[in-house]
Amino acid sequence: MRLNCPLCGPRDRREFYYVGSEDYLNRPAPDARADAWDDMLYLRTNPAGETKDLWYHETGCGSWLLVTRSTTTHEILSTERIADRKGAK
Amino acid sequence: MPELIAKTALSGQSVNYHGTTLAEADLGQITSIAVFPGKLKTAATALGQPFPKPNSFSTKSGILCWTGPDQAFLIGTPIPDLTGIAATTDQSGGWAAVRLSGPQAANALMRLVPLDLNQFKPGQSARTPLGHMNMVLLREKDGFLLLVFRSMARTAWSEIETALKSLAARAAL
Repeated sequence: MRLNCPLCGPRDRREFYYVGSEDYLNRPAPDARADAWDDMLYLRTNPAGETKDLWYHETGCGSWLLVTRSTTTHEILSTERIADRKGAK
Repeated sequence: MPELIAKTALSGQSVNYHGTTLAEADLGQITSIAVFPGKLKTAATALGQPFPKPNSFSTKSGILCWTGPDQAFLIGTPIPDLTGIAATTDQSGGWAAVRLSGPQAANALMRLVPLDLNQFKPGQSARTPLGHMNMVLLREKDGFLLLVFRSMARTAWSEIETALKSLAARAAL
């Protein structure tokens, strides 16, 4: 399996660390209700089809990536640097 | 104060297997340059050369090698004053460097590195693992220059020498 790092190009899976669901990007406000935090931490959808995950280019450039993949075909549909997203900086 | 002599990690050793040479490289000063947000152009002016593109290096003055987003290593030459432009840290003692060159250099390395090094052209570089070690890999004109953490120097040496030995043994069959 390869992931296409936007900076480094296609790289082997061994260079990456799987972090978890895209949900970790969407943190509730600090004073949000406990169930909002509970949802962010524990509540996951389990779609048959397109899903978004966070990966870390651990032994490469150190970028955090948002990877869109299909759970039915195992196809990697797109990769994006978190730092390049709107509002990231 | 007596003048202290810095020792390199591998005592300058080298080995050769059928024309493929593995040798320690003494790179001198290594400085990490982490450019502050929006200061890339100012940094290039202060360095007197363009900031390297991802996965590449230049040899205009010493070696200036990209090591991450807005980050590079300046190797083998003193660092100009980058106050207010970038965070610079002296990492000279933190790295061990070896050069690998010869007909089996790429084949030996590809046993340890998950990249197609036959497509890796001079001037290209990569941060990529050597086995399980973090490494900065540079493709020079005559071969490869590898930087690994100094604490991993002998492990890296052993891994590469084992790959060279097994390729040599296979060729001798």
